[in-house]
Amino acid sequence: MQEQLFSPKDPQVLKAEKLQIASRRKKDSSLKLLFIAATSIGILALILLLATILVDGLSSLTPDLFKNYPSRRAASSGLKSALVGTIYMVLIMVPISFLIGVGAAIFMQEYAKKGWITKIIQLNISTLAGVPSIVYGILGLTIFVRGLQLDRSLLSGALTMSLLVLPVIIVSAQEAIKAVPNTRRDASLALGATKWQTVQRAVLPSALPGILTGVILAVSRAIGETAPLVMIGALTYVAFLPDNVLDQFTVMPIQIYNWISKPQTEFHDLAAAGIIVLLVMLLVLNMIAVILRNRFQKNL
Amino acid sequence: MKRVMSLITILSLTFALAACGNGNNAANNAKVTNGAQENAGNTTETAALTGTIEIDGSSTVYPITEAVAEEFGKENKDVRVTVGVSGTGGGFKRFAAGETAISNASRPIKDAEAELAKTNGVEYIELEVAYDGLSVLVNPENDWVDHLTTAELHEIFKPGSTVMKWSDVRSEWPAEDIKIFSPGADSGTFDYFTETINDEAQASRNDAMVTFSEDDNTLVQGVEGEKYALGYFGFAYYEENKDKLKLVPIDGGTGPISPSAETINDGTYAPLSRPLYIYVNKAFMDKPEVKAFVDYFLSNAAELSEEVGYIRLPQEKYDEGAAKLQ
Repeated sequence: MQEQLFSPKDPQVLKAEKLQIASRRKKDSSLKLLFIAATSIGILALILLLATILVDGLSSLTPDLFKNYPSRRAASSGLKSALVGTIYMVLIMVPISFLIGVGAAIFMQEYAKKGWITKIIQLNISTLAGVPSIVYGILGLTIFVRGLQLDRSLLSGALTMSLLVLPVIIVSAQEAIKAVPNTRRDASLALGATKWQTVQRAVLPSALPGILTGVILAVSRAIGETAPLVMIGALTYVAFLPDNVLDQFTVMPIQIYNWISKPQTEFHDLAAAGIIVLLVMLLVLNMIAVILRNRFQKNL
Repeated sequence: MKRVMSLITILSLTFALAACGNGNNAANNAKVTNGAQENAGNTTETAALTGTIEIDGSSTVYPITEAVAEEFGKENKDVRVTVGVSGTGGGFKRFAAGETAISNASRPIKDAEAELAKTNGVEYIELEVAYDGLSVLVNPENDWVDHLTTAELHEIFKPGSTVMKWSDVRSEWPAEDIKIFSPGADSGTFDYFTETINDEAQASRNDAMVTFSEDDNTLVQGVEGEKYALGYFGFAYYEENKDKLKLVPIDGGTGPISPSAETINDGTYAPLSRPLYIYVNKAFMDKPEVKAFVDYFLSNAAELSEEVGYIRLPQEKYDEGAAKLQ
């Protein structure tokens, strides 16, 4: 064999080999082009979207946009009530979904015995993460708006959104808790710590960045959602700020949708400005999530 | 690692605390506002109006109500008016349950809805507030259509229509596929058009020739970009896009008439102009802020509806409405 490798080859075999290599290279480079094309289609679409929105919206992105309530005149129309509504909703939603979501994740990972019941619960949670958001709207309408008589209030909206993001938070918190090495638990238990002390002092601190990443991603999903809030009846014209959790409210995506469906083009520019504000909020949240994740990976 | 962790913990704690604090403040505020409202209820009518007025219903009527709410809000800062867009049917559902004070409607209340209101003990007043002219439009490059009769519209839009090309409407027109742009089935515009042209609400052709959209701006873009297009939607959307669309005069039996502020107002643009309504729950009229709002609505509807692209009613109609309120 070795001799053959170094011996001069039959020119015809050599030619065939060269051809084979060339065709392989060709295949390789054409596939590379294909993958570049696949990547760039997504990126180009995003760039195109951003460019058109920036062109349309930048001129409307003024301080007035944040100071004004909705109005029939584009010039004096703003998203104050929508922006504040979105922020309030998130502020109520985060503690609720954080406590319930992380609690459920701790139970599933640390306390629950592995059996068919936990498997079924696990399957249910994963399935819930994929349920269309409008279904949560119907659920919220039935339970919170009608059942608990909370009406079309900020609290109903925040609770409905909590339901929507809970599966996402539970799953990501479970992953984060799972990633904590068992040695930490064992060491803690060996020192005589109880289960809760172990969870509290050994597991949660290492899992927290991962959990927070999940929470932030869930929040960014909630900020962009319209369907469930339309279902529970978040309103379009709200010219006041809610000063109590039972007040009515509106949110950014609803305001943007309302502007887009108006006949006057000035409102479409306002909608584009609203989209920029929403995008910036989402980007900031996602950036925080990425930073947290990087810290987490570095320190594990 | 430790510093980062504690930083994160502190951050999340402050976040949670801030949120809790916010909740507490809100609860306190709630008590204060409720108290204020009770006080206001006890004082005489000369005091500034307070309270909440909940309105829901048609998205077609929404711009008018929004404009009225905006102007009313400037004069009555403590009255909170909210306007939703659940659609005429969705709005009536809530109205009949007694949840809303006022319902916007782009068609009169249906028997079933009125029945439901009756069983729930909801009595109401129907008020006309403006006209909307459904406009039939073609592409500006379309130089063959001078007008359409309602019979021709029926042939084009009836369920199972066989009109595929413009030449199927009139033989001298081009033998090109007709591209139809229609509002979607959830809109009151579609309800009204199909009822008027096809004699049955919701009855419309539904084949590959028709593009449906709930967003009127999509319809505008469709007709604008397609030489052989035909579409219909509210007059306000034509007014904002005059240079991109060509209006088709409609012959309802008395010769072709183009929709305009005059022809819609005096009723000559028939049958495609329709009145827009608000329905007021009588029980809510006892509240001074609701009565003030409805009065304000009627006395300013003419001007404000024109400003947002609709057509004012003749003055007698507003006077009739005001008389109903007494």
